[in-house]
Amino acid sequence: MHIEKNTNKNLQSTECQIDISALETIIKDCKGVSGGLIPLLQRIQDQFTFIPPQAFKLIDKELNIPESESLGVATFYTQFKLNPTGKYTIKICKGTACHVQNASKIFDAISEYLQIKAGETTDDQLFTLELVSCLGCCSLAPAIMIGEETYGKLDDRSVISIIKEIQSRESK
Amino acid sequence: MSQLRVKVGLGSCGIAAGAQRIYDHLELIHQKNPEQWSLEKTNCIGICYSEPLVHIEFNDELYIYGNITPVGTEQVIESFLQHNTPPSAFLVYSSQLPASENDFINNQVKWALKNCGIINPEKIEEYEQMGGYQAVLKIQKWSPDRIIDEIEKSGLKGRGGGGFLTATKWRLASKQTKKNKYVICNADEGDPGAFMDRSILEGDPHGVLEGMIIAGKAIGATKGIIYCRAEYPLAIKRVQIAIEQAREKNYLGKNIFGIRGFDFDIYIKEGAGAFVCGEETALIASIEGKRGMPSKRPPFPAIKGVWDLPTVINNVETLVNIPTIINKGAENYARLGTEKAKGTKVFAITGKVKKSGLVEVPMGTPISTVIYDICGGTANGNKIKAVQLGGPSGGCVPAHLLDTIIDYDAIIETGAIMGSGGMVVMDESTCMVDVAKFFLTFTQSESCGKCTFCRIGTLRMLEILEKITSGEGEIEDLEILEDLALEIQSNSLCGLGQSAPNPVLSALKYFRDEFEAHIIDKRCPALQCSALIRYEILADRCVGCYQCRKVCPANAIESNDRRIHRIIEENCIRCGACYEKCRFDAIVRS
Ligand SMILES: Cc1cc2nc3c(=O)[nH]c(=O)nc-3n(C[C@H](O)[C@H](O)[C@H](O)COP(=O)(O)O)c2cc1C
Ligand code: FES
Repeated sequence: MHIEKNTNKNLQSTECQIDISALETIIKDCKGVSGGLIPLLQRIQDQFTFIPPQAFKLIDKELNIPESESLGVATFYTQFKLNPTGKYTIKICKGTACHVQNASKIFDAISEYLQIKAGETTDDQLFTLELVSCLGCCSLAPAIMIGEETYGKLDDRSVISIIKEIQSRESK
Repeated sequence: MSQLRVKVGLGSCGIAAGAQRIYDHLELIHQKNPEQWSLEKTNCIGICYSEPLVHIEFNDELYIYGNITPVGTEQVIESFLQHNTPPSAFLVYSSQLPASENDFINNQVKWALKNCGIINPEKIEEYEQMGGYQAVLKIQKWSPDRIIDEIEKSGLKGRGGGGFLTATKWRLASKQTKKNKYVICNADEGDPGAFMDRSILEGDPHGVLEGMIIAGKAIGATKGIIYCRAEYPLAIKRVQIAIEQAREKNYLGKNIFGIRGFDFDIYIKEGAGAFVCGEETALIASIEGKRGMPSKRPPFPAIKGVWDLPTVINNVETLVNIPTIINKGAENYARLGTEKAKGTKVFAITGKVKKSGLVEVPMGTPISTVIYDICGGTANGNKIKAVQLGGPSGGCVPAHLLDTIIDYDAIIETGAIMGSGGMVVMDESTCMVDVAKFFLTFTQSESCGKCTFCRIGTLRMLEILEKITSGEGEIEDLEILEDLALEIQSNSLCGLGQSAPNPVLSALKYFRDEFEAHIIDKRCPALQCSALIRYEILADRCVGCYQCRKVCPANAIESNDRRIHRIIEENCIRCGACYEKCRFDAIVRS
């Protein structure tokens, strides 16, 4: 299994098109909440699937939290994405139980089928691939999570058919 | 008409195995005949390897059906209704009849898991029917000291890995004179390969809330926070429901349970994905919205924690034990276990084991009892090589020491630690060098970067292990590994760095010969390290079907005039594609 550093953490150079007013509303909502930076970033990500670069400046302006601090927090936690993610995030478990049950095969199969590496998104913006440590379903190892749904006892074939099913559902 | 209650095990493991489909299917049929039987939800009872599970209560007896389909479940219910008898197909547990998992359940002693897989976790009434929230009423007139004395008498130690006496921590926080204090439930469950806390939160959320309320009363706190990892959406949802129900009944809020002046409320903080945030000082930083970097102790959180206020941090399993200890009496809890380890411990048993799931046993039980008598040994009858305890901070207990009892000191003597309850079984097909590398990859990438030895030392160790598994190791490397390990242990601030080298040291202690095989013979005895595996085609088995040649990405297979194939050693990149492809077992690995 190639455990690559999350390529998602490279800041985008070009500003992307997002609904600024929605962003402003979320940020203003969090004024005066102590310890609110992480929940704020979580809310922004829920809305946009990632933290748009404009967010850090706005947080500085509205909440007086320096960009260095908010960006520091966003890059510290693996949950936060700085680039748009696909409609479905496929989280492949690389926890201990899954590792000893050959999780690397599952990763290789998906990576080859979708032609993306960990941290990348397919061209059609449908799937983002992510490696996580333990989904808490170790007894069904190897396990993956797509969206909020967990799948277990997989092999390199069954996992591809799950993805194909989603693809055909989405193409309708 | 006899009573028939059907409960579907809807934990996240059950749902992943198809339990939701069963529930949906049953809901449809149930509508047709709602008087004849009842349909309910429960959580996982721990027999995870047989999921999905359907529990049937019939004439006050419990029958559990496993590995079952929606239609299969329908047939089981029919059989109960029409013939008044439990069918034996799919039966995995019964309090009456012989069944495959009776030993698995009957050999356990449940305190922490007593409600998991029994009650519907989304109904506060069911928790109350099991004696829930009685413990708070029992202690309502007790002084903080009396509560803490009772916990002290139970001998309860923290189940999050540290094994610190819960009462000692509480007493320190209780002595602080600040008006606002916090109780934090650590539900970050960082050990990759463990799911005890997830199951407890999903299966018995009120038990955790009640434990926190009692902790709050004991130390004089007004606020509780459950810090839960984001990978556990169902646990978060169930706890949220539980909090709302408790607030409605005034079990949370102001003057709770009608106790004048006892204000206590709980809210959830979702983690954002960082293993180090399970460490208590990093967890506090994370709650305050900062990067989750550990800080120096003292001051201990019990004196200066969240927002500089006295804070008690306890693990989920520690907290869920509290109400039961109060209800059943500390002396009964302390009666279980060994001299220094009291009560029970929950383990998540995974890996190459036949019955993977959740097991709760009294402290002092030999590890071998858990692995063989409860969990049935390995799945395919292979010999067990070792059992890993304590995840990335722990080590392995080799097969010849499996009679070691579950006790903090006895386990430490083997070089492993009790940990939070992850128990990964490894057999002959597991490469111990690869496992050591696996854990180090994890801690290396999760190091927060504050301490040099933890940040760079672990990377150096990892590079050496990669060198060894790719066949370029030298014998001196083993000494360098050991030196680095000792330096990292003694020069890191928090438990992450201090314990990161443990898996490597313990693998070296018991399986040095495997490291040497990789280095000297350039061979991986478990046939896991792909760079060290040699492939060979057996001429007398090869039928000349050309399939292996077709899949070989390196053009490393040639065939002779009789169409018998051969691998060209120099070209082979050892990817194993031919081995996977051959349907005639004509390719062997060595
Ligand atoms: C790197 C690291 C990770 C930890 N992760 C967890 C965790 O996920 N859950 C937990 O309960 N304790 C974890 N701990 C232990 C906590 O720091 C703390 O000791 C524990 O939550 C205290 O609760 P207890 O006394 O009830 O065990 C971790 C410690 C370290 C050093
Ligand atoms: S190790 Fe993969 S789900 Fe736990």
